Amino acid sequence: MSALTDDTLPITPRAMRDEMVAFALMAVLLAVVPLTGIYPFFVMQALCFALLACAFNLLVGYGGLLSFGHAMFLGTAGYVSAHALKVWALPPELGIIIGTAAACGLAVITGYISIRRQGIYFSMITLALSQLLYFIYLQAPFTHGEDGIQGVPQGHLFGVFDLSKPTVLYYVVLAGFLAGFLLIYRTINSPFGEVLKSIRENEPRAISLGYKTDQYKLLAFILSGTLAGFAGSLKVFVAQNASLTDVHWSMSGEIVLMTLVGGLGTIFGPVVGAFIIIAMQQYLAGYGQWVTVIQGVIFVACVLTFRRGIIGEIARLLRRSL
Amino acid sequence: MLHRHIPPPGAAVRDGFPGSRKTSRIRKKLGHARDRGEADGGNCLADEFILETHGLTKEFAGFFAVRDVALKVRRGSIHALIGPNGAGKTTCFNLLTKFLKPSAGRITYKGQDITAMPPADVARLGLVRSFQISAVFPHLTALENVRVALQRQHGNSFDFWRSKSVLDRYNARALELLDDVGLSEFANTPAVEMPYGRKRALEIATTIALDPEMMLLDEPMAGMGHEDIDKIAALIKRISAKYTILMVEHNLSVVANLSDIITVLTRGQVLAEGHYADLSKDERVKEAYLGAGHA
Repeated sequence: MSALTDDTLPITPRAMRDEMVAFALMAVLLAVVPLTGIYPFFVMQALCFALLACAFNLLVGYGGLLSFGHAMFLGTAGYVSAHALKVWALPPELGIIIGTAAACGLAVITGYISIRRQGIYFSMITLALSQLLYFIYLQAPFTHGEDGIQGVPQGHLFGVFDLSKPTVLYYVVLAGFLAGFLLIYRTINSPFGEVLKSIRENEPRAISLGYKTDQYKLLAFILSGTLAGFAGSLKVFVAQNASLTDVHWSMSGEIVLMTLVGGLGTIFGPVVGAFIIIAMQQYLAGYGQWVTVIQGVIFVACVLTFRRGIIGEIARLLRRSL
Repeated sequence: MLHRHIPPPGAAVRDGFPGSRKTSRIRKKLGHARDRGEADGGNCLADEFILETHGLTKEFAGFFAVRDVALKVRRGSIHALIGPNGAGKTTCFNLLTKFLKPSAGRITYKGQDITAMPPADVARLGLVRSFQISAVFPHLTALENVRVALQRQHGNSFDFWRSKSVLDRYNARALELLDDVGLSEFANTPAVEMPYGRKRALEIATTIALDPEMMLLDEPMAGMGHEDIDKIAALIKRISAKYTILMVEHNLSVVANLSDIITVLTRGQVLAEGHYADLSKDERVKEAYLGAGHA
């Protein structure tokens, strides 16, 4: 894993204030979106993916663990939430909680298995587990196979907020995103985060200081998987469906792509990366299959020319941590 | 590759150490120390030796990297492990710190059998190792490096919901530790930007932060210039007043100056043990270092 994380920024004078200003700016910008006439569906979708990429970044950027199966948390939470909302007719808040809890449970099991291996082996195990789940979801009756769960009712959040109104839904998704983002930010800057970073930097040394590193990596994996699941549950309200696309391995690849383009191990990088990739899919949709080719070219260009990602490079230029 | 010859006793003595009070005391106790490697440990008091191994063996697919090593490290001493390249020093070291599992034999630390214990638990008992390649956390500042060690003993390392500002209460102690190894000016410098010798000092400060009873240093002088060697040697000598130290080291003049007792390994086995002055006259040791033709 070190090859990917070696180049993360030296975090010189910790400029928490910079990060707070950037966060406030981001929150304000996102809050005024409905007034600008930008297609809210696109922004909501991007917000869900941004949270997903941030959760992924917590694991790879700060824990040094490259999961290649993060789509399984997105998809599992999506299926469970959609099923709870549609079949069990539960209210939205319960649907989100159940979906997120399912992802959390999945993260406990898959984390326990995969955390025992390092580097490429860890990635391969997460990929294998997510493929296993993909085929289960393909066959399981409740997912409706290729069709997916369609027409999921959005309902009223806490019985008050009508989620079928785009503006209401937008602010609910935004609030969910910001809450998840802040939790990740806090985790990175917590006593736990310090240990996690030290494990990323030099695991044998962390062990020799008496840290049982497996336990820390497992907690990071569970937090990351749970938050990825939360993003998946939110996404159900936006897309009103849950389908196999969300558990497919190519989705896991897209998450890696978003994080790398934005900046691995930066706080805001994954958000920027997610918006860029989703915008490309949205606005280049006319080119059909070529979108994938364009994405590939961007990925190659990104790795060859700005390895730290967009935010990573900006932060380096400004000598700030973002 | 480094100091291949054994300098005569008294040569290249930087700190004038071999004649010190502590050394002569230990020498008296040991008597004909070179034969003790094979002696069994039944007659020794458990608290006289902080770390002991019995029949320690590591086999890699038929090759014995370490074979039947009986090592006794006296509490409060600086014990050096030397030997030509490939003698099994680092393997032996990794066995002691539990980074490798022994194929056979026992390791006892403070009378407790630690043979099957995971490395993090051994560290928690106060047996802390360093690494051949300087082991710092490169993108954390010097202060944060030390703080990570301080943080472990006081719990709350799993608190992901708390701000790391709760760690500020360790800052004073961390600065004290940095000051102690002459690094106060580097407190806010990321470790990656520090000079090599300073990184090693930082590593020692981080180890001391754990308040260990025994430190295992893996080639503390590897890759250092003379000036840094003197600084780190002085530092090791100073901290040895409080801790037992076992070190693997190539630089024989450093070993001569610092160690109270030396164990020579060749081909995975203990060849001789004793004080530097005796060992440098030992024909078997000369032969092991220079090859039979030169002896």
